[in-house]
Amino acid sequence: MKEFQYVITDELGMHARPAGQLVKVASSQPCDVKLSANGQTVDGKRIIGVMRLAAKQGQTLTVTCEGQGEEEAAAVIEEFLKNNL
Amino acid sequence: MVKGTGHAAFSGIAIGRAYVYRKQQNELPISCGDPAIEQNKFNEAVKTAHQQLQALFEKTKEELGEEQAMILDVQMMMLDDLDYLESVEQMIQDGSSAAQAAQDSGDTFSTAFAAMDDAYMKARAVDLKDVSQRIVQILCGNQQGTIIEEPGILVAEDLTPSETVQLPKDKILAFVTRQGSANSHTAILARIMNIPSLVQTDIQLNDELDGKLMIVDGFNGTYYLEPDEDTLEQMQQKEKEAAKERVQLEAFRGKPSITRTGHKIKLFANIGNPEDAQAVLEGDAEGIGLMRSEFLYLGRTSFPTEQELFDAYHSVVEKMDGRQVVIRTLDIGADKKVDYFGLQPEENPALGYRGIRICLEQDEIFRPQMRAIYRAAAYGNVCVMFPMITSVWEVRQIKAFCAKIQEELKAEGLPCGNAQLGIMIETPAAALISDQLAEEVDFFSVGTNDLTQYTLAVDRQNAQLDKFYDPHHPALLRLLKIIAANAHKAGIWAGICGELGADTTLTEDFIRMGFDELSVSPGRILELRKKVCESEATPNERISVCNHR
Repeated sequence: MKEFQYVITDELGMHARPAGQLVKVASSQPCDVKLSANGQTVDGKRIIGVMRLAAKQGQTLTVTCEGQGEEEAAAVIEEFLKNNL
Repeated sequence: MVKGTGHAAFSGIAIGRAYVYRKQQNELPISCGDPAIEQNKFNEAVKTAHQQLQALFEKTKEELGEEQAMILDVQMMMLDDLDYLESVEQMIQDGSSAAQAAQDSGDTFSTAFAAMDDAYMKARAVDLKDVSQRIVQILCGNQQGTIIEEPGILVAEDLTPSETVQLPKDKILAFVTRQGSANSHTAILARIMNIPSLVQTDIQLNDELDGKLMIVDGFNGTYYLEPDEDTLEQMQQKEKEAAKERVQLEAFRGKPSITRTGHKIKLFANIGNPEDAQAVLEGDAEGIGLMRSEFLYLGRTSFPTEQELFDAYHSVVEKMDGRQVVIRTLDIGADKKVDYFGLQPEENPALGYRGIRICLEQDEIFRPQMRAIYRAAAYGNVCVMFPMITSVWEVRQIKAFCAKIQEELKAEGLPCGNAQLGIMIETPAAALISDQLAEEVDFFSVGTNDLTQYTLAVDRQNAQLDKFYDPHHPALLRLLKIIAANAHKAGIWAGICGELGADTTLTEDFIRMGFDELSVSPGRILELRKKVCESEATPNERISVCNHR
C-alpha cells in the first residue's frame, strides 16, 4: 500500500473539471485508488463519489493506492494533483 | 413569418429559439418481467446517450470552447460511474424497468448533491438529473421531457407549479403558453424571473416548432415565428429602447422610497426560491415582503427535513444581511398539489383543505417548518406570516404553537431568534374582522390575488374569467382601506404582497390608504420607486373608493 497526502491549493477546490480529470487518471491505473477528505473515503475511479467529497482549497486529500503498480500510480496521481489542484 | 397574439404577463422583448415543452409522462413503462432484458435495454440506452453527449461535446467545444464543454464530459463520466450503474442494476434486479431504474437512481444521487453544503456541488445535482433524463428519454422514444441546450423561448400548453420548479431557469428567455391566465403560476414566475411572457396565445404546438427563431413582444402581447428581416430589426430596436428605459430607472437605485411630501414607504420583493434572493438584491428591494415556502415542498417525492428547510431560510436571511425577511408558511393545497401530502381530491380546492388549515391540523408538517424558521431567525431580521386566515381562534392557536416551538428550541439549546408574527389578509372574512385580528398580531400583509378571487367569486386559474377578475373592483378597494385603517388603529404595520402591489396606477391610492409596505416582483422595484418618489400623496387623505373607476 502506498499512501500520501496533498493539500488542495486551487481556489475552486475539487470542482467538476479537475474531478473528472482525476478520475480519468485514477481509472488508468491497475491498482485500487482511494481518496479521503473531510472524514469520507471514496473510490477514486468513481466520479460521483469524488465530486461528493467536495474537497475545498486548504483541505487535505489523502490518496491510497493498493495493488499492482501502486508505487507508480501514487507518483502519477501526485504529479497530476500538483499540476491541477 | 407567422405572427400571433396572447395576453402579456410581463413586458419586455425576447429573441431566441423556440423549445416546445413536453410533459413528463407520469407513468414510466413497467418492467417486462425479465431483469436481463431490462438491463440490456439500459445498456443500449447508455451507449446511445454517450453518442449524443459526445456529439454535443464536440459542438459545444467548437462553438463555446473547451471550458464550457467540460461539463458534458463530466456527464459522460457520470454515465460510466459504477455507483450509478450498480444502483440501476440493483433496481432492475428488484423488478424496476430500465427507465424507472435510471430515473430513480438519478433522483437519488441528485438529491444527495442537492443537499450538499457547497453551492457549486449543489448545482451538479442538475447534471445528474440531466443524464438520467436523457437515458429515460432514449428508453421512452424521445417522447418526454425537454432538454434546452441554449437559452431560448419555452412554448407550452401550460405549466404547473411543480413543472416550473424543475425548469432550467437560466436558459429561459420567455414563456409562451396556450393556456394559463394572467394570474396563473407561469405568469407569476415570469414576473419573478423578469422575463417577457405571453399566456393564452393562439400558437400551434407541434414538433416542427422546435428550434425555430422566435420573438416575444411582452409590451403588446405579440409573438413572431421565423420573423422576416424587417421585423427582426424592428424588434431589436425595440429591445434597445427598453434597455434604455431600464438604464434610466437605474437613477433610482439606492435611493430612499420617499414621496415629495416626505412620506416613506417600504418597497420589498416577493420570492419563491432561496436562489431568488440574488434577484432581490439586484432589483434593489429594501427587504423581502413575501418568501413563499411552497417551492421547498414542490418538485420532490418526500417532505423536506427541518434541516433542509432551515438551510433554505437561513441562506436567504444571511444573504439579506439584516434586511427584513417575511417568510410565509406553507400554502400548499388548492392549485399547488403535491402527491406525498396524500391530500384527498376536492371538488373546490380553492375553498378546501389548504394553507394554514393543513398546518393547524397536521403538527408533523407545521412543526419542522416553524422550528426551521425560528432557528433561521437567530441569524437576521425575520418575520413570519400565515396564509388563509379566516378566524381569531386560528391565530390564537398558531401563537400558542409558536410559543411552544420557541420553548422547545431553547430547551434543546438550539439557537432560536425572535420573529414578528403576522397574517395574510386574503379572505373577505379576515378583512372584515381585521380590527379583531390586529389585536393579535404584529402585522398584516394583503394577498390581493386570493382576496380578489374570494371577494369576486372568480376562479383565478380559469382563463375564461379573466375579464371578471378585476382587482380594481370597488369592493376590493374598500376592503383594502378597511384593512389599512384597522392595522393603524391597533398600531401595527400593513403591507400588500399580491400582484396588485406592483400596479403603479394604484400606488398613490395605497399610500393614501396608509399602507406601509409594498412587496412586488424584484424586477419592478425601481419602477415603483420612481412612482413613489414622483408622488405628492400622503396617508389619510380622503379618497373616494366608491367612485374609483
